[in-house]
Amino acid sequence: MEYGIKLEIFEGPMDLLLHLIQKNDLDIYDIPISKITSEYVAYLDIMKYLNLEVAGDFLVMAATLMKIKSRMLLPSHDNDEEGDELKKELVNRILEYKKFKEASKILHTNLESRKDIFSRNTEPEFKEDDFGVEVTIFNLLDAFRTVLEKAKKTPKEIIKEECTVEEKIKLILFELETRRFLAFFSLFSEDETKRSVIVTFMALLELLKTGDISVKQDKSFGEIRIYRKEKGTNEKNN
Amino acid sequence: MKKIIEALLFVSQGPLKVEEIQGVLEVNSAEEITAVIKELKNEYSSRQSPIEIIELAGGWQMATKKEFASYIKKMYKRETTIKLSNSALETLAIIAYKQPVTRSEIEAIRGVESSGVIRTLIEKNIVRICGKKDTVGSPVLYGTTQQFLVYFGLKSADDLPSLEEIAIEEEGNELSEGEN
Repeated sequence: MEYGIKLEIFEGPMDLLLHLIQKNDLDIYDIPISKITSEYVAYLDIMKYLNLEVAGDFLVMAATLMKIKSRMLLPSHDNDEEGDELKKELVNRILEYKKFKEASKILHTNLESRKDIFSRNTEPEFKEDDFGVEVTIFNLLDAFRTVLEKAKKTPKEIIKEECTVEEKIKLILFELETRRFLAFFSLFSEDETKRSVIVTFMALLELLKTGDISVKQDKSFGEIRIYRKEKGTNEKNN
Repeated sequence: MKKIIEALLFVSQGPLKVEEIQGVLEVNSAEEITAVIKELKNEYSSRQSPIEIIELAGGWQMATKKEFASYIKKMYKRETTIKLSNSALETLAIIAYKQPVTRSEIEAIRGVESSGVIRTLIEKNIVRICGKKDTVGSPVLYGTTQQFLVYFGLKSADDLPSLEEIAIEEEGNELSEGEN
């Protein structure tokens, strides 16, 4: 009855294993393999019986369990050790999984308690005239040239892994999440080589093209700032 | 200076970083500003203000206290929820603790295919791609976002309780053998 009616949803084979261990009050450090294997397989049977799709991952674990079980049943010394080894590995995996399972519960509690705390989520309205000048592509290119000249002339012997344009785009958007605007030059503050300066600049152009950002300037040839385009969901202020 | 900081905290959207305040005040040291914020925080709590100043995601923010949640929800006539499934939370926990981490590392722990969950977390802006691992195939590395800290009320990514602590709390008296 417990099986048929209240079938808990398991996130995966590890989740199921942990559940079986806890339900049967088994010693996690010394799992009785044959018991857990039959419980596990029985569970898979029920899932099949209920026409639930049994994901391949569940079957892989079933195979692992059976392998350990068979190794441990064989009398030979070598195999005996192998069985122990496999079992230990499984125990470690379960323990590792359990840690994160617990951590996820803590996160859940955090999320729940945070839910009831509110803060402002709109910016005050400002007149845009101080940074109202639309930036032309030429202004951008001028600024870009300045940065490029500042970038180190020679790359280090081996260019270390650098961001791709896509990653840089994500990074810029990420920065803009918490700030109203970014100064043009601050975008390049971490770019040491010409290559990375170019990547950053390309990311900027791409974002302009997709309309995710806009660039403004305080006066012609003044400081350039990058703003995130509003998505039109901010009407509910005040 | 305290008044200025209070005003800045009031208007700020999202956690206000000490450096941002420093940028406005131009003179004061970060320590000094932090001290003033803490003083403000104490003032608010000692006069039992409905608003508190909390440390969050590397900055400070004014926020309403929990007990007023029901009224606020009533005003907006809606529930505020970021719903995350168990598998999303589980995956997020792995990413939060092991970041930067690849998908296969996540899957090794969960024992289950995880690309869909990861995508959901990215769409919700809780997880981001934070680089590529320097191994064969250079797989993408995942990490948590600033928004993650805000949603979960954390000061920084290090603000999570340590996994060891969690394990100990959980195990309780059950056992104390080392883990090999």
